[in-house]
Amino acid sequence: MEILGRRPTAAELAMYSVMWSEHCSYKSSKVHLSQFGEKVTDKMKEHLLVGIGENAGVVDIGEGWAVTFKVESHNHPSFVEPYQGAATGVGGIVRDIISMGARPVAVMDPLRFGAIDHPDTARLVHGIVSGIGGYGNSLGLPNIGGELVFDSVYQGNPLVNALAVGVMRHEDIRLANASGTGNKVVLFGARTGGDGIGGASVLASESFDADKPSKRPAVQVGDPFAEKVLIECCLELFKASVVEGIQDLGAAGISCATSELASNGDGGMHVELTNVLLRDPTLTPGEILMSESQERMMAVVTPENVEAFEAIMAKWNVEYSWLGEVTGTGRLVIDWAGETIVDVDPKTVAHEGPVYHRPFHRPEWQDQLQADSFAETRPFGSDAVKKAMLELMASPNMCDKSWVTNQFDRYVQGNTALAMPDDAGVIRVDETTGLGVAISTDANGRYAYLDPYEGARLALAESYRNVATSGATPLAVSDCLNFGSPEDPEVMWQFAEAVRGLADGCRELGIPVTGGNVSLYNQTGGVAIHPTPVVGVLGVFDDVARRTPSGWREDGQAIYLMGVTRDELDGSEFANLHGHLGGRPPAVDLKTEKLLGELLVNASRDGMIDAAHDLSEGGLAAALSEMALRFGVGARIGLDEACERDGVDLFTMLFSESQSRAVVAVARSEEVRFKDMCGARGYAHMRIGVVDTEIEALDFQGHFSLPLSELKEAYEGTLPKHFG
Amino acid sequence: MTIAGGTAVGLWHAEANLQDVDAVIIPGGFSYGDYLRAGAIARFAPLMDKVVDASKAGMPVLGICNGFQILTEAHLLPGSMIKNNHLKFSCADQLLRVENNTTAWTSAYAKDSGMVIPLKNQDGQYVADEKTLDELEGEGRVVFRYDGVNPNGSRRNIAGISNAAGNVVGLMPHPEHAVEAGFGPDASAYGEVGLGYGTDGLGIFTSVLTSLVAGGKSRPFPQIPPPARRSSASTRSSTPPPHRTPTFPGLNWA
Repeated sequence: MEILGRRPTAAELAMYSVMWSEHCSYKSSKVHLSQFGEKVTDKMKEHLLVGIGENAGVVDIGEGWAVTFKVESHNHPSFVEPYQGAATGVGGIVRDIISMGARPVAVMDPLRFGAIDHPDTARLVHGIVSGIGGYGNSLGLPNIGGELVFDSVYQGNPLVNALAVGVMRHEDIRLANASGTGNKVVLFGARTGGDGIGGASVLASESFDADKPSKRPAVQVGDPFAEKVLIECCLELFKASVVEGIQDLGAAGISCATSELASNGDGGMHVELTNVLLRDPTLTPGEILMSESQERMMAVVTPENVEAFEAIMAKWNVEYSWLGEVTGTGRLVIDWAGETIVDVDPKTVAHEGPVYHRPFHRPEWQDQLQADSFAETRPFGSDAVKKAMLELMASPNMCDKSWVTNQFDRYVQGNTALAMPDDAGVIRVDETTGLGVAISTDANGRYAYLDPYEGARLALAESYRNVATSGATPLAVSDCLNFGSPEDPEVMWQFAEAVRGLADGCRELGIPVTGGNVSLYNQTGGVAIHPTPVVGVLGVFDDVARRTPSGWREDGQAIYLMGVTRDELDGSEFANLHGHLGGRPPAVDLKTEKLLGELLVNASRDGMIDAAHDLSEGGLAAALSEMALRFGVGARIGLDEACERDGVDLFTMLFSESQSRAVVAVARSEEVRFKDMCGARGYAHMRIGVVDTEIEALDFQGHFSLPLSELKEAYEGTLPKHFG
Repeated sequence: MTIAGGTAVGLWHAEANLQDVDAVIIPGGFSYGDYLRAGAIARFAPLMDKVVDASKAGMPVLGICNGFQILTEAHLLPGSMIKNNHLKFSCADQLLRVENNTTAWTSAYAKDSGMVIPLKNQDGQYVADEKTLDELEGEGRVVFRYDGVNPNGSRRNIAGISNAAGNVVGLMPHPEHAVEAGFGPDASAYGEVGLGYGTDGLGIFTSVLTSLVAGGKSRPFPQIPPPARRSSASTRSSTPPPHRTPTFPGLNWA
């Protein structure tokens, strides 16, 4: 009432309620997120063409090409209706990419579920995996990676994050604004229906509760064919230069699109809501404004281009309706059957929502948690370590993910240079030069629970390391911050710490956050998920032909371990397997991480290494297993010297999760050069073995031999056993 | 097609115009979302009338995945595809046998030679009545057969078939994803294993160019390159990798 100077209409109330929801307005997170802007230096912005605030950030990758990428959450809808929730999560992020003017070229999905053997987990896994595949495969977008984590903290709040990446020429970048009085506003794509009403406010901005009604009607329903046609149709609109501004319709539907377009432009907008094409004629104006029906876009077109616009719509058989025009009044006016139902300053809806300074404080239990270091009996002796290694590789979080990834198309478009199970997904952008990008997403909720500040930096470090391991130079960051309820001061503290950690980490590594998403209220009753800051890092390749796979293949190549191993088992997968979560996460020094990245990229560029794998969850045991299983080639490994140098025993060497480490396979002829390079930069490196194509085992010399057949059986059996 | 040495021309579904091309490939995808039967709506595209007419006049036509489904819906090929027997979308590298190398699309292969190419679909289970299946077998029209693992329950392990004349061929797996070293499967049927090495699918596209040239088409084709065996490998190693049975995850292998 203060803003309008009168009582708001029902339609205005609807509009403000969705746009000022947590999901759309970032009202609880805004005061913290500003650090991503404040902690950016000019040097970091060097490659940034479009920063935070637009539909997605845009990065210059050279040769006139630009890349846009973003990761978003669709957690709540996917719990209520797994298939459609996950499917429309892909659809939504892809439309963000299109509205920047880019052609989407790949997607990735970081997924987190409850305990693997909980009866509800199979429902969610089947629904969510087939929903992502059903939508992404139909769109013809390769799915090049992601994450799969099982942990009982996600039982009632699975995390379904979706990342999309798109490419464009610099001159094709489009922004969401409505300028030029007299220009026409058009809504095109699917018709507006009653699905997803209040999705952003009801679902994404509240916790689940046992006694509240089912929220199924608030989940949107996806139509991937309509989206595919919309993609091609939009790209043709861009090519023909017939749209001035464009905005996708996602959360908060027409409310969001009209208010954001108008407030980013220079004037106002006048819209006749009765012109909206409906699937359901009984919808009220308020419902039409809030509907989150999928596969819709809104654009601003000059009167001269109206005919050309309509011709493109006709070619692609896409429905459209002219809703109104851009005005010079500075007001967003929406009429319904001759009556004005909305008359507001669009900025008050889109940008000037409430800003909360939510109280936050460090939980009292945090000290006790951090003091509870892993003190279980450690496996000792060859047989016990071998058994532990097989158990680790069969565990839900370390096992083979192909049951999931084989349900996604990784080949389509013919430009996929790396996909699961390699460290990063790699896509060729330019077919003539081989210019391309690598992307990885990572997070470790257990690390972040032990220390949210360090947890965010660790997620960033791992993602950065993965991209560098594939051979690409890291350039930019997108994040999806999944947390519990901001109304809980302890959760808010976790959030504040994680944002501070991520912003500091980005500054240390010199790569900016270009955009992302915050998902709060991931909690059921009083139980929140672990703080889970998912960090996506994008890197660039001059030529993807030189990307490094995560497995060795050539007989006789030397295997080197880069970095040093400390006794860091707190928060590790091994501790997790033994039901322990306490202590402090591994220490990470981002300067060391950056140096390791430079060495890995140089080694790739100069052709020194034929395989590389980063060490993260599961430590050296997991890395060596995955490298051997990648192409089914064994190796002889000697770790005694490394154990002696680092002052740890065999078990710790294999299972500790110390950071800034990688394993590489180096051709004999390149060994001297490789050693010189590491030595000159003062980076710890040690030869720990040799690739052996004959033995079909990982032979830990002097300790035990692990036949690849046995390892493979353990590794591949887990997901099929639980999910069929 | 471009890698094989041909010139690719895009054809628009709504225009009944073949633009004077010499052969047609109907690619995979999800025409009309596959919300009805896969390919059931696309076969009514105005372009398809022209494709049917041209195929009857002998023009080579290849349908891959959804394209195969469209060809069966258009009655250019018998049988049809139903949902995979495991009910899931599946994307994996698949070993096939080329059982008929006399079609317009398979002449570059030796009879019974192997081929590893990606298979990726939801509705890939080939079905037909026994009489039709017997006819296909008897007339040598089973062009590709799944080897080792039957990935989707297809009758008699059938992966691809041809019409009686051999100019129309359809198959579910994707040869176009095994034509460029570095972007294909991690294995080939010739025993090589390495990141994206597989180019076993290229012969499909060189075959049709060869058959068009041999058939007296006047358009000049550039020299058809021999199938690239490996180019993404490091130049250091001159010895070929040892022949071995690939055992890594993701490959549907015997």
